[in-house]
Formats: sequence, structure tokens, C-alpha cells
Amino acid sequence: MIVCVKQIPDPALPGELDASTNTLKRDGKLILDESDSYGVEMALQLVDAAGGGEVSIVSMAPNGEVSGMRTALAMGAAKGVLVSDPTLAGSDALTTAKVLAAATQKLGGADLIIAGTESSDGYTGTVPEQMAEVLGLPSVTFAKSVAVDGGALKVNRQTEEGYDEVTCPMPAVVSVTAGVVEPRYPSFKGIMAAKSKPLDTVTAADLGVTPVGWGGADQSIVDVAQAPAREAGEVVVDEGDAHLKVVAFLEGLKVI
Amino acid sequence: MALSNIWVFAQAANGAPTSATLELLTKARSLGGAVSAFVVGDGAPIAAALGEYGAATVYSTGDLGGALPGVAGASAMKAVIDGGNAPDLIMFPQNYEGRDVMARLSVKLDRTVVTNNTDVIVDGDTVKVTTPVFGGNTLVTTGFTGAGPYLAAFRPKSFAAEAGGAAAGAVVAAPVPDLGATGGATVTAVHTEASTGPKLDEADIVVSGGRGLGEAAKFELVDDLAKLLKGAAGASRAIVDAGWVPYSMQVGQTGKVVKPNVYIACGISGATQHMVGMKGSKHIIAINKDQEAPIFGVADLGIVGDVHKVLPKLIEALQGR
Repeated sequence: MIVCVKQIPDPALPGELDASTNTLKRDGKLILDESDSYGVEMALQLVDAAGGGEVSIVSMAPNGEVSGMRTALAMGAAKGVLVSDPTLAGSDALTTAKVLAAATQKLGGADLIIAGTESSDGYTGTVPEQMAEVLGLPSVTFAKSVAVDGGALKVNRQTEEGYDEVTCPMPAVVSVTAGVVEPRYPSFKGIMAAKSKPLDTVTAADLGVTPVGWGGADQSIVDVAQAPAREAGEVVVDEGDAHLKVVAFLEGLKVI
Repeated sequence: MALSNIWVFAQAANGAPTSATLELLTKARSLGGAVSAFVVGDGAPIAAALGEYGAATVYSTGDLGGALPGVAGASAMKAVIDGGNAPDLIMFPQNYEGRDVMARLSVKLDRTVVTNNTDVIVDGDTVKVTTPVFGGNTLVTTGFTGAGPYLAAFRPKSFAAEAGGAAAGAVVAAPVPDLGATGGATVTAVHTEASTGPKLDEADIVVSGGRGLGEAAKFELVDDLAKLLKGAAGASRAIVDAGWVPYSMQVGQTGKVVKPNVYIACGISGATQHMVGMKGSKHIIAINKDQEAPIFGVADLGIVGDVHKVLPKLIEALQGR
């Protein structure tokens, strides 16, 4: 089983655009995207339920940062491949999908490839489905729950109106939504063990993928502007009757 | 170059086009050129409504027979494009099916995708889309380069839907080709969750709850208030991640973007991630214990108080009306 993870700038810190490229600065310390911790947890649970198997992780970064991947290894993943290459800076979602797909093949493929639905910093939200197409695999996106039954996956897939039950043969790609499992905290033992787990770093060229970087992604950022700011209104401290303020406000809008 | 040929990924709910579909058709019409709707499913029953909003042609795959829309829709689109009818631009709604179809299609066409947009313009020879980032404080405009079709997804309520009054779109069959291994996933059962009120991204009033509610059971207060106001209930990412409510209720950068007339944030501090999903609301009311919470910076009415005290009183006052 392979889980795709992304290492992102700490979301608690304010984001910043690189002045020369107008893309998100990702050169500081990177952490495991919380959205991906659900995928890692899901894979670990499925391996436990199957009574065997191994969870590997793949990730891509323009630098050699691995601290986020170590977190996934500390949770219980066995090994990882980081595709690290300065030429990957500025890659779009399609290039990312091609690179990650090649990385899964370097690991020998998998019965199941799991990813989050979208990253917390770029949130394009297309990479898992694009990977499936690159690999020629079936896919189930926006999974709320995943079980393995015989050789097939049984997935409950989130929809606008509720959910669909979906069966899917393996190998396959599944993207999981946030909050569906409780990601485990790495134990001290896990953190120590993660330091010696195999983590290969490869380049895009090693995988036979030609990254297109800034110039060739069929898109270029032409303008960055500040949005008009929204003004703060009245703020009142509740003295036991603030709910009446809300009622009056709603009355003023004629919605009640 | 104006755009000579635009497709809109069209969806139906309860026998009518979704509001997001009509919004995109209206915008497509304003860009000039021929507008087509592409329905992944049976397009015939909604061809009249799609035509009224600007679709002269309605591509229809017909029933998917349990296939997932992403791979089926993209394959059907690719077949029409290979048949010589390539559009310059395909507009998708930013939702589950829209994202899946555009993702599969981007690989088939080897073209990039730009998602989470709120606007599109044609500037001379360049098609440009606008995306809010950093909680909507910054607007990034991206120009497509190279040859089309350009693939772009737009957030709901980015455009106002207005009927153009044209006749029903001409239905053209766009059957799904053999999907091979990629079509292995099959829907075996459909579950519709009981929802009495309006949809979250279409509701006139949205009441959302966050970490300040303290525990999952207290989300009932948010639900009750939403019902009383005939609105929809939403949630911050924090309580979705905590498993209190499903992902489908999440308002924010990852999740749904809402633009209701009134947005009531209960126990939500206003993380950037959340603000991007609700800052476009016409009127915002925030109830939070922490006077320093960023949510108060965007609220028209801010109540510094405990949601456990304010909400029950508010509910009681509204019930008495």
C-alpha cells in the first residue's frame, strides 16, 4: 500500500508569495499536511485489518525536506521515496501527478494508492484522480470509509446528497476526506524507529519524468492584487441579553 | 481571438440544472462564441433549461450504468474532442464531480488545470482566471498559455445566473467509450442523507459551528438555529477533522465556499482556512468568547460571549415568534 503525502509550510504561519515567481513560498520548514495524516492512518488500519502488508509513502518537494515524511514513518509507515529536484519548483498539479505516479512505480506499484482529497496549501484537489489516469487505474475519490473485501475495495464515497457505496477492483487509487479516521500520534518509540527507516531521495530524471517547472505548465501568473478589505462592524460584549442584538439585526434584514 | 467555443460541465439535481450550472452558462454566454453544456448523464430532460441559459448544444452521455462520473465524463469529452469538436475553454463547477472529470481529462489532453477560480476574462488573446488565496486577501490572476482546451473550475456563486431566453439546446449524443481498467469502480447503492433544509452552498442563511462549541453533541444548537431560520448548517474544518460532522458540511478553503445573505459563525475563531469560505457573505454575525478572534474583523455584528449561553437564548427568542 502506498500513501501520497505532502509536506507544507506550517499553516499556522502567514503564507507568502515569492516576489519573483508569484507562487507560494515553500522554502522554510515543512510539516506533514494534516489532510494526509488521514490517508496514512487509513492505510495503517487497512494493513492491520488484512493481517499483513506494508505501507510506503511517496512525496515530492523542490528541496530535500523530509521532516514531514518522518512524521508519517513515525506513525508506522515502513519506508518512503522523496522526489526532490529543484526543477520541480513551480510544478502544476498535472506534473505533480506524473511525478508521484512514477514514484509509486519505482516502489514496484501497490494494491492500493491512498491520497488526501486536497492539500492544505495549494488545494487544487485533482492530483489523486490525475494519478489514477496516468497509471491507467480505476479510482474512488472522496472516500468516507474504505474496507477490503476479498480482492475488491468497498468504499463509501461522499456525494453532494449523501454517499454512494462503490466497489472497485485493485489496484486502484482512493482519495480520503478529512476527519474519517483518528490519526494516531507517533509514539516515542515510533519517532526513534522512524530515524532509521529507509527514505530514498530520487530526482525527476531518475524517474524518467521531465518536469516543466515555471515555464511550461501552460499557465502563468499575470497579476497579484489585494482584495478589497471587509470592514468590521459593531462588537458587543454579552451581558446576558446579546441574543436580542442578533434578533434585532436579523429583523433589520427582514429575514425573520 | 475571442473564445469561439466554450463548454460548461452541466449537472442536474431533482430534474433541473443546478444553480452552479446556470451560473457558469450565464458567464460563458458573456464571453462570446458558441456555448455548449456537457451533461454526464441524460441531458435531454434538462435541455430546455440549459438552452434558456445559453447552451445551444447539449452533449449527453446518457445513463452511466453505475460508472463513476470522473472517468466516464472525461472519456466521453475526449471522444468528442477527438472527433474534431474541441472547445477553447471548459468551465467546471468546483465540486466533487467537476474536479474528478477535469482531473481525468487533464491527463488525457495533457493540459493543466486551474481550480478555485472566482472570475474569468478574455484579455486580447489570453484567457485569464482569478483565484483568491490567503483567506481571500489576495487575488491571483493566471493566464493560460499554449493551445486549448483550457480547463478551469469555478467556485459556486462566483457569477449571477440570468436566463437569456433562447430555445432548448440541441441534444447531441456523446456516449462513454470503453473505459477498460480505469472503469473498474461501480456504484452499487446510493444513499441520500435526510436533509430538510436548503443546500449549504445555496442557502440564504448559513449557521456554522466551530471548536468553541466544546463537544460534538453541542452542534445541535447550530442545527436548531439553522432550522429555525430555514437555513443550512455548516462547520469549521476543526470540527470536521475532529469527526463531529461530515466533510460535506465544511465551509472553507478546503470544503465549500458559501455566499449567503446572512452567515452566523458560532464558536469559530476565523482561521484563514475558514474565512476564505465565508467572507463573501453579504452579512456576517459572529459569536465567540475571545474578543481577539479574527472573525470579529469581518463581522457586521460581533457578540463577545459564550455560545452555550447566547445560542439557547437566541433559539428560545426565535421559537417564540
